[in-house]
Formats: sequence, C-alpha cells, structure tokens
Amino acid sequence: MKERLADVIVIGGGPSGMAAASSCRKEGTGVVFLVEREGMIGGILPQCIHPGFGLLELNEDLTGPEFAERLEGQVHDLGVEVLLDRFTRRLVHDGDRGISVECISPEGLEVLKAPCLIYSTGCRERHAFEIGIVGDRPSGVFTAGTAQSLMDLYGLLPGKEIVVVGSGDVGLIMSRRFAIEGAHVKAVVEILPYSGGLTRNVVQCLDDFGIPLLLSHAVLEIRGRRRVESVVITEIDGEQAPIRGTEREVECDAVVVAAGLVPEVGLLKASGAKIDPATGGPVVNEFLETSLPGVFACGNVLVVNDLVDHAVEQGRLCARSARSYLDGSLKEPTTWKRSVPGKGMRFVVPQLLSGERDTTFYTRVRTPRENCRLLLKELSKEIRIVGAKPSEMIRLSLKSDLLSKVKDDLTFEVQS
Amino acid sequence: MAKRNLTCIVCPLGCRIEVEMSDGKIFNIKGNVCDRGLGYAKEECTSPKRVLTTLVRVKGGSLPVTSVKTTKPIPKELVGKVHDALAKITIEAPVEGGTLVLSNVLNTGADVIVTRQMPKQSTE
Repeated sequence: MKERLADVIVIGGGPSGMAAASSCRKEGTGVVFLVEREGMIGGILPQCIHPGFGLLELNEDLTGPEFAERLEGQVHDLGVEVLLDRFTRRLVHDGDRGISVECISPEGLEVLKAPCLIYSTGCRERHAFEIGIVGDRPSGVFTAGTAQSLMDLYGLLPGKEIVVVGSGDVGLIMSRRFAIEGAHVKAVVEILPYSGGLTRNVVQCLDDFGIPLLLSHAVLEIRGRRRVESVVITEIDGEQAPIRGTEREVECDAVVVAAGLVPEVGLLKASGAKIDPATGGPVVNEFLETSLPGVFACGNVLVVNDLVDHAVEQGRLCARSARSYLDGSLKEPTTWKRSVPGKGMRFVVPQLLSGERDTTFYTRVRTPRENCRLLLKELSKEIRIVGAKPSEMIRLSLKSDLLSKVKDDLTFEVQS
Repeated sequence: MAKRNLTCIVCPLGCRIEVEMSDGKIFNIKGNVCDRGLGYAKEECTSPKRVLTTLVRVKGGSLPVTSVKTTKPIPKELVGKVHDALAKITIEAPVEGGTLVLSNVLNTGADVIVTRQMPKQSTE
C-alpha cells in the first residue's frame, strides 16, 4: 500500500476545492493534494455552458467552462498536486496525529496523510424515487445533471418531448438548454406555489421559449414499457397533497428531475463530524472548521449555494484557516456562541462563532417575502431586504465590534 | 398608456421594473436600482437581446462536442437562426477556449467563440 504525505489534502476538485487548493499554495502551504474522483477537475462547471459565473469573484460574466478554466489555471500555476481518478473510501481522524485518507487509485489502494483536510465533495441530486414518483421504470428518466452531461458534454439530446420536474434554477436552465437544442419542453412542474429559482431565470429560460410553468402541481406517476410514454400530473393543495380528480396524463418521452441537491457528507459523517439537519452539511465555526479539529468544509457540501462565487469564497476561507491551523495560530475560544435560524429562516452558516472576528454568514428565508427586514435578535439590529426568496442566498458580512456583543446565541429572524 | 412589468435579468438582484409605453415609445421607467437596469428595460421593450450559449461538433476531440457562446447579446428573434447556423458547423480538435467559430454572425456584430477547450482524442 502506497503512503503519501502532504500538508493539506483537499477532497473534491469542483469550484470550491480548486479555489481552496490553489489558495492554500498562495498562502504558502507546502504540499497540497487535490484529490478528484473523475479524470478531470472542474466539478459540475464544464457542463454548465450557460453564462452567469464569476460576477462577484472576477467581476466578469463567464460561462461554466470558462470559469472552470480560470480556476484550473490557478491550481496548476500555483503548484497544487492534482490526483485524478481517485475514489476516497475512508477518512481516519487520528486526533493530534492528523488525518489519513484512503483512496482507490488506478494503481491500487493509496493512503494520503496530512495534518489538515479540506472537504469539498459537493452535493448529489435528488432522484425521482426520493420525491415519491411511482410507476414504471422505463428508460428516459434522468436527473438534470445527467441530462446536462449527456447533452452538453457528449452531444446527446436526452429526449424530444420533455417534462421537467422542479423549477429551481437547475430545472429552469436545463429547460432553456433543451428548448435551444430543439426539444419540446412540455411543462416545468413545481410542487410549490412559487418557482424555486431566480426570477431572472423564469423570465429568460421559460418565458422566452413559451414553456409553461405549472405551479402547485406534481408528477405522480411515470408510464411506459421500454421508453417513457407519459406522466400523470396532478394539482396540489396547500398541504402539498394531491387534489383528487385533477389527475391528467401528459405524453412525453423523457422526464428530467431537478428536485434539489443533497450535500455529500458520507465520509465526514462516518468519521464522526456533527451534521446540521437544516443544511444537510457539517456544523462549522467561523473558520469553516467542522467538529473534527483540522477538518474544514466548503462549497456545496457545506451548504448548497446558488452562486459559484460563494462556493469559491468559502474555499478561499478554508485555505486561510488551514494555514493558521498549521501555524498553530488558529485561535479558538473555549466555548463557541451559536448562530441560530429563527422565525422564517431555514438555516445559518457558519453555525458557531467566537464573536471576536469579522464573519460572513449565509442564510435563506423559508418562503418568499417582499420588503422585509432581517432581524439579528440579540443585537437589536435590522437589515432591510427588498425581496427575499428561498432560492436566493442572503450573504451577510458582520463586523467583530458588533458580533462581540453576542452573549450565547445570535438569532436570525425575518419580519415583514 | 400601456404598462409593462419586467424583471431585470442583468444581475441576480432581479429588480422589478415598470415601463410606461405608448405607440412603441417609452415614457417612464421606474423600479430599477442601477443604470444597467435602465438600459436593460429600454432595450427589452424596444429590441430584446440575449447571449446564446450552445454546442458545435468537434472532429477528433476527446469529446464529440464543445461549448460556444456569442460574444455579446444578439437580437432575441435571431437566437434560433444563429443556433441553426452553428448546428451545421464542425470544428477540428484540438481547440482552445476563445477560438473564433463565426465572426459577425448574421450581421449581429457578435462573434461566436469556443468556451471549452477540447484536446485531441488520446490514441491510447
């Protein structure tokens, strides 16, 4: 068994992992491994050929592949050691002696060791079976990411008459891609009474192409012998239950499921890291350090982001934290204060704070609101927000002089 | 006077803009936070434009297609025609990001460039 040593190991070569690894080198960290399961780094970016990436990070509007190339350039220029085709099967957190990562590589089992680890494995897609769609199991049922990879990497149109399930940004953007490439998108079916995506995406992805958005609707059943032949769609009531008698059959040859993303925390969880049920990702402090000392998390495994720029920002923070951890200058308080999602808020990341440092928080509202105020309860501070939607992450940078006044909890609440 | 309600698509903020129009002429625009929103609203009501991102075939590449984009927004009604023009094109690997595919496509003033580099298929 091969053993290799590094100062920092980054697991996952998507945007946040690439940013973390290159920033580690920039911060002066010696040997940095970037471990990737696929044969290339880039994560989901190379198949996201639409624009809208890099607006905050680079102040430029790039497509996914262009943004990936920039980050990849930094990885190579700064001397990160990229380890491709490696499936990580286990993390062993050995207290003060650091962390071992067991990988299956093309050459066999490999053990990577470092005092410090950055976990950036991203997320996976929720599948049809997880959202209660029943019926036949013909070919033609895809998750949005699979359909996107077929179409935009391999040039294969996944269907000609397509029903899309879920109106988050992924569902909206994929609908536009299908329409541009000549498929007929029969409907985008959304169980909630509002779209889960950015308003601009509803406009430029659906309205532009005359694609109907069926709000408060759900796909109940898939029908088809070999290939998808139709789906059964129903209206949904206020309690998210199907309304009897409203079922109708819609003919189609493909069903594309864009029903949300789930952080890939498997290995972290197995090594005993605390998980926040609200995000599905690990509980972290303001250094983005998990409950395992020296293990940091960033990107969509930490919290499902809607902007790649935020994932990159988290990666860069992990790199700075890792540097301080290696120097022994990461000053952790004896007891952490907690940031808590209050009324109307879904989660707050990071979940723990010292109150001694400027900290950037990420949070989301539970339901759409117009002209609301975000209340930091214990600080009696209000922030006005014009329009808040669950799909739009609220990013809040708070100064240490304000945060130092927090006693035990800092509750984020939304008020109309 | 007719009112048109737009959602600005310039940035993720998505300002809701109200445009008052009569006989195809704009009289009043409100709701935009910045000047880019003003520009968008004017353009959207008179001659809407979009950036097109799509694919072209690649011969001898490690993947059979690569991604391309128009270098600036093109009139919305030409999106389909530009796509059709690109569907007929095959480029040869290797290609670098930024490689010109079509210049001044359909007289829009926009070029079409490659956004994903495509190395040659390895012969292993």
